[in-house]
Amino acid sequence: MASGSVADQEGKVMLLGFWFSPFVKRVEWALKFKGVEYDYVEQELTNKSTLLLTSNPIHKKVPVLIHNGNPIAESLVIMEYIDETWKQNPILPQDPYERAMARFWANFIEQKVTEPARDALLSQGEQQEKKVKELKEAMEVVEGEAKAKLNDKTLFFGGENGVGYVDIVLGWTCNWMETVEEVGGFKVLDPESQPQFHKWMANFREVPFIKPTLEPTEKLVEYFRMLRQARLGLVANK
Amino acid sequence: MAGSEVKVLGTWASPFALRVHIALGIKSVKYEWVEENLEAKSQLLLESNPINKQVPVLIHHHKPICESLAILQYIDEAWPSAPSILPSDPHHRAVARFWAAYIDHKLFTWLKGVASAEGAEGKKVALDQVREGLVVVEAAFWKCSKGRDFFSGAGIGYLDIVLGCFLGWLYVAEKRNDVKLLDEEKMPGLAAWAIKFCQHGAVKDVMPDKDELLDYANMVFQAMPKLNGQCPS
Repeated sequence: MASGSVADQEGKVMLLGFWFSPFVKRVEWALKFKGVEYDYVEQELTNKSTLLLTSNPIHKKVPVLIHNGNPIAESLVIMEYIDETWKQNPILPQDPYERAMARFWANFIEQKVTEPARDALLSQGEQQEKKVKELKEAMEVVEGEAKAKLNDKTLFFGGENGVGYVDIVLGWTCNWMETVEEVGGFKVLDPESQPQFHKWMANFREVPFIKPTLEPTEKLVEYFRMLRQARLGLVANK
Repeated sequence: MAGSEVKVLGTWASPFALRVHIALGIKSVKYEWVEENLEAKSQLLLESNPINKQVPVLIHHHKPICESLAILQYIDEAWPSAPSILPSDPHHRAVARFWAAYIDHKLFTWLKGVASAEGAEGKKVALDQVREGLVVVEAAFWKCSKGRDFFSGAGIGYLDIVLGCFLGWLYVAEKRNDVKLLDEEKMPGLAAWAIKFCQHGAVKDVMPDKDELLDYANMVFQAMPKLNGQCPS
């Protein structure tokens, strides 16, 4: 909890982030979708600020959203908080069953797409092969869901409301998957076997509040290459 | 019949299925429990959860809902009358969801790690990790409960259910390794909370007997020593 300056913080929204983090980007997309004004504060990975360490003492990670002096961590938790606090432009569906489906898919994406992709980026050899295999299998499921839910009229998983929770949770793939592939040295994206997913990616990238936020791939590749080398270097030296 | 509108596919030993039992009990919802055999999954389970093929599944008006945390929130939203499972204030809800993620992704992973750890040193490291996790959750308990009986206050709610479902498996890890994990001295808040939780009206009749769970765990681990104590989610 913030000390002393809670009164100053009334109504203020602050986001602690890293420019290269897909988890931070999700939160920015949610805030922009709702038209919520916020102060973005760039953090340093190797020199974490006192504010970050006191706002998220358990994980010491970004993103952290600070609203009215109260810090909230974990990107999916933050997204639900944003949806419940600012009612305009709902991110989650209104119907309880549809909300449960959205939460199910968000969990699937995190466990089966996001985490294996991150693990594949930061590993090599057999360990990486295992993660790439998991990722490919998960992408088949994602393509299946895209085929079932999307068409020429319904471009996003949010349905008739346009972009929604599942789109924002999966959205990191549109800017980071190619980077992860290039840096990690493997291929998961395949327009031939994933036509509907590729259509969705193309549409997502063009969404007016998303497009200006996308980072150039070369910049991400350079940064993640360094991260991967640092991680593999550490592992080799153990 | 009202009960047949709500079905739960679960197993008696699954802590995740127990969450659903308790949540429906809090809301006084009548339901039909279908005990699944994970070695021979029913057609209904495979059709209801084709992606993960796991329990628990809640089926309401013939629509399946999967993933225990999504189910808990669905129960709260589909049966909105009191008592509530999640708090009403968005910040308190965010705190509850944060700790639920910690319990599932960190604490439960470490608890599973105890079963798969090899050698005395490996076991000790795994057990220490669980204890450290419980110390962190002890601090969260004091902040959330503000001196009352449960994480959610006077009655049980989201976090109580999310953590409480693991009490039986914590007991199993303690007995199988001859250690104390939920230590009254180091975690007085959680130790007192655990007793009250197990005695709660919505819990006591559905929580599996911990010695039966221990017998079951001993049998499973003896039959497959390399199994890492996976609980179905």
